[in-house]
Amino acid sequence: MDSQTKSNQPKTSQVKTKPKLNSKNQSFKLQANNVDVFYDDFQAIENISLDIVEQSITAFIGPSGCGKSTFLRLFNRMNDYIDGFLMNGSILLDGNDIYDSSINVEELRKTVGMVFQKPNPFPKSVYENVAYGLRIQGIKDEEYIENRVVESLKQATLYNEIEGNLEKQALALSGGQQQRLCIARALAVKPSILLMDEPTSALDPISSGKIEDLIHELKKEFTIVIVTHNMQQAARVSDNTAFLYMGKLIEYGDTQKIFTNPEKDRTQNYITGRFG
Amino acid sequence: MNRAKINRLKDKAFKYFGIFASVIGIVILAIFIGFVIYMGIQRLSWDFMVELPSRFAENSGIYTAWMGTVWIMVFTTLISFPLGVGAGIYLEEYGKKNRWSSFLEINISNLASVPSIIYGLLGLGVFVRMMQMGNSILAGALTLSLLILPIIIVSTREAIKAVPSSIRDASNALGASKWQTIWHQVLPASFGGILTGVILALSRAIGETAPLIVVGALVYVPFAPQSPLDEFTVLPVQIYNWVSRPQEEFVINAAAAIIVLLGITFIMNGIAVYFRNKWQNKMQW
Ligand SMILES: Nc1ncnc2c1ncn2[C@@H]1O[C@H](COP(=O)(O)OP(=O)(O)OP(=O)(O)O)[C@@H](O)[C@H]1O
Ligand SMILES: [Mg+2]
Repeated sequence: MDSQTKSNQPKTSQVKTKPKLNSKNQSFKLQANNVDVFYDDFQAIENISLDIVEQSITAFIGPSGCGKSTFLRLFNRMNDYIDGFLMNGSILLDGNDIYDSSINVEELRKTVGMVFQKPNPFPKSVYENVAYGLRIQGIKDEEYIENRVVESLKQATLYNEIEGNLEKQALALSGGQQQRLCIARALAVKPSILLMDEPTSALDPISSGKIEDLIHELKKEFTIVIVTHNMQQAARVSDNTAFLYMGKLIEYGDTQKIFTNPEKDRTQNYITGRFG
Repeated sequence: MNRAKINRLKDKAFKYFGIFASVIGIVILAIFIGFVIYMGIQRLSWDFMVELPSRFAENSGIYTAWMGTVWIMVFTTLISFPLGVGAGIYLEEYGKKNRWSSFLEINISNLASVPSIIYGLLGLGVFVRMMQMGNSILAGALTLSLLILPIIIVSTREAIKAVPSSIRDASNALGASKWQTIWHQVLPASFGGILTGVILALSRAIGETAPLIVVGALVYVPFAPQSPLDEFTVLPVQIYNWVSRPQEEFVINAAAAIIVLLGITFIMNGIAVYFRNKWQNKMQW
């Protein structure tokens, strides 16, 4: 198939060059260069290039099916499991191509953590949930593990709520608590990047608010990329926003600007709720 | 009559048909079990369990038969459990999805419905003759293992498929290797289902007669087996032998042996249900 052969030539697309972020002294943690994604014959991502600023929050918005999750999952290679998945272009993490054959995917995922739309704790105790990522690395030092568990739970603002009861069954927690447990679980392995795919869409407004506060707090240490359907949420939490539409990157830039004075009509229409 | 009324009538009709069908099944089974118990219970005794078979019905016991059954079941379990579960894991987790794998899949399902006597002939040809195991416990257990492998493979795959993908995603996203995800998440979550499949398959094996007769289970064995290479008999073969005798006393013996066999099967099914419930309570999402 012609379109599936590797090419670095930008195709007919809105974004010919990388959208410039007006951020002078910021370094880029993640860089996507001319990325195409195919699921068999279907092209889910078309020639997207975009840079993600270190220790900032980047939001992906766009109508359902536009490719936000697909694009997000490129950064920790979770699409690799999908039959028929094929990618062109490159994704750089600290300047290194994470799709290079020399990359150890398991190692990559210790650096790039992920939180999913639906809270998915393991059917185990709170403690074992958070310890899991450390245990599978072969860490045996129980004291270190316990410290990391407590630290991560505190960081995820869950420790006080469960009153230090680490033996509590994870599935007995509320949805919002489960989601923060999943965040703690991701933090325990000390990633530098956190990918979040609609982390609050299954939660009530109060739980969502808590998670938003948490995300704000985490920005000091982590580079966060978040997919959301909630415009207010994107506007509230993110520094930069990317608007995707039908697999293409329509507009990318400072959140303030995207939400107050977007360059493209399509972005304007979407954020004001006229379509999507 | 309007549509709603017709639907309600259909509903009722189907409900009564369902009740009728269930009652028939249960009643026939109850009559059968009742009849067997009525005939055999008088013969059940400690002596009956520990006596060797004899020409005289009243002196005959089922010691060698149930010992043979236990030996056969232990070896069948040892062989079929790791092989079947291993194959199920491979096909579900590692096997590439292509034409070859779907061909394999269809054939494994088909194998589950091949008549057991065919497996007996295969066992006779391969294990007894070619591999020269003779009519031993090992040959019988291998034959029964072949017979139930497809069931174990299929039920293992179903159990693994039922594990929510969100759990896999969570494990993978934390940097777990494929095997770590399988070992720490997928297998514990599916173990109840796998175990149920294995035990149901074993309960099928325990009642098999035809393939064991073909591989040479003996009717009269004066000793309980001492090693897997010994000759053997099993309960169903003993029962089959007794019911075909003309004397009433032997038929009573057969009824008593059937009670023992049913008892073993019920216990095995009970264990299966126990484990399934235990695991399902632990694994709720
Ligand atoms: N596993 C898959 N196989 C084939 N096509 C897929 C697969 N996953 C996603 N797609 C297709 O790729 C496109 C983008 O999907 P994606 O899940 O990335 O959208 P999204 O923007 O995250 O949508 P939503 O907001 O509903 O989550 C969709 O058209 C979808 O049908
Ligand atoms: Mg999505």
